[in-house]
This record gives sequence, structure tokens and C-alpha cells, in this order.
Amino acid sequence: MSSDSSGEAADDVPERPIRRRSRRIRPYALTGGRTAARHQLLVETLISVPRYDPSLSDALMPESRQLYERARVRMSIAELSVGLDLPLGVVRVLISDLASQGAVFVHPTAHAYHHDSTMLERILDGLKRLPV
Amino acid sequence: MDSSGSPSDADLLTISAKIVIAGGFGVGKTTFVSSVSEVPPLSNEAWMTEAGEGVEDDVPHSGSKSTTTVAMDFGRLTLQRDLLLYLFGTPGQARFWFLWDDLSRGALGAVVLVDTSRIDQSFAAINYFENDSDLPFIVAVNQFEGQYRHDLAEVRDALALSPEVPLVTCDAREPASAVATLRELVTHTLSLAVVSGPGREFATAR
Repeated sequence: MSSDSSGEAADDVPERPIRRRSRRIRPYALTGGRTAARHQLLVETLISVPRYDPSLSDALMPESRQLYERARVRMSIAELSVGLDLPLGVVRVLISDLASQGAVFVHPTAHAYHHDSTMLERILDGLKRLPV
Repeated sequence: MDSSGSPSDADLLTISAKIVIAGGFGVGKTTFVSSVSEVPPLSNEAWMTEAGEGVEDDVPHSGSKSTTTVAMDFGRLTLQRDLLLYLFGTPGQARFWFLWDDLSRGALGAVVLVDTSRIDQSFAAINYFENDSDLPFIVAVNQFEGQYRHDLAEVRDALALSPEVPLVTCDAREPASAVATLRELVTHTLSLAVVSGPGREFATAR
């Protein structure tokens, strides 16, 4: 998985069935042992796929491919973790790789606007309009 | 962040915000999140930790493995077409500090829920937000209909809560009450942001 960012996936080659692996793989084996993501990915950070590329999807390792496919519908890091039943740390590292490749878009969160009280006012306004 | 470099698709401009719902075991965090979330609250074993001893019953054991997984549960509200608000419940036990830090990072603030019949359950959460985090927070006494209602001044005393921390009551089962509590928090965060000017980071854990 450490060669993931190259966009090549060795286990795509069908004549190498030896690479079949246990279903109970240790999660961080998927990330080549890395636990730190290069992008700041909060649990609420939204991820989307600006330009879906099926050939890129085909070239990805299974977990990265699943994340890439899921994120075609804009989704948070936490929702990706729940949807694919992967620990947050693994989702962060794999999404970070996809973001570095330009495959996924990392949305800014409200935290990026913390110098601007307009954002808090919009949130308050939204809470006032909720039909409850 | 400047939006000039963002993709043209309006959907890509959608941003998300987060509020942390904290408090001890059994104070109504999941109830609170469920009553306002527009999707059924989501939960999974999100974190893996070596801290395995003395794990309480809302933290699933993971068989004979030496690691323990800790569940995260959360809900979502659409506030504007391009603005989503996520609510994250903290893991029941305060000793998973690094998870609290992870959840708190970037949040607008936290609501610490208190159940007056088990007030000690929320001490650790209040300690955390008073001492170990810069997040704005309010304390909400979860009182349901018919339950003995404590005087808020007594509750503030019992919690040894600083005068500047807002203390409100709510009924976590009532969406309108839960949303009013969220508004209290955002109003509090806004007042701190206005008081301390543009340099204030409203959302930094530790």
C-alpha cells in the first residue's frame, strides 16, 4: 500500500493469486504503517470528487477505490469511516493520498473562517430557521 | 480560506461545521444528537487505542485483541444549502483524552450535558473544557418533564462552574429544546469572538 500514491495497484494483475490476503487485515497495513495524514482532515471535513475518472478508480487499491467511489456523493470523513467500516486514522491517510493526487477535493470547514464572525452568524441564522 | 480557487460546482463550496456534545455516561448525549439529526445517528468503531483496562459498557470490547476500539457517534443537520452542521458525541469516558482532542479540533464549541441525578458523571467533561481546551462551551442540564427541577444556582455551585460559562436547561428528547441549546452555544461562541476580536481562534483544542 505504500506505493499507493503512484496510482499503480499491483494486485490488479490477475495472474498473481498468491497476493490474496486475509480478510482480517490489520487496518494500518492498508496505509503502509503511516498514521499521519498530510492534509488537515477533521472528522467533519467534507470530501468530494470534482471530476470522476473511472480509469483512476480501477487503478486504486480496494480501500482507496471504495473511498473514491463513496466520495462521488459529497461526504464527511466520519461518514466515510462509518460507511466503509474503516478506522478514522486509516480513512485520513488514504484520503490524504487521494487529495495529493488531485483525485478528491477537501472542502474547507467552518474552522477555516474562524477570523470571520459572519460564519458564526450564518450558522446561528441556520439554527433559527430549522423547522423544529 | 479564500474561495477564489475553488471549483465552479456549487456543491464543492459546501462547508461543514461541528459542535461537540459532551458529558458522562448516561446523561443523554445520544438522545440529544438523535433528536436534532436529520439522519439516524451514525456510529462505528472509529478509533483504536491501547487503553483497554476498565472499559465501561458503552465501549465495545474487541475480543482478545490488545487494542480496544472506541465508538464515535454523530448526527448531521443541513443549516443552509451550502452549510452542514455535524454533532459529535464524546466517548463516554474522559480518559480517552486524545479522542476528545481529535473531536474538539476545529469545533465551534461544546455543549456539556449534565443529569442532576448523576451530576458527577459530567465533572470530567467540565474539567476538560475548563482546563485542557480553548473551545467555548456551555453546560446544559438535561431535565425531562416531571423530574425534580434543581435551582440552576445550586447546580452551578455543585459543578463549581465559573460564572462566565453559560448554564441552561434543556430536554434532550425535544428537538426544539436541543436546537435552542445549540443556539445558546453559538451565541456564546459569537460573543467570545466579538469580545476578543478577529485574532481569536474560536475552535482550538489544547
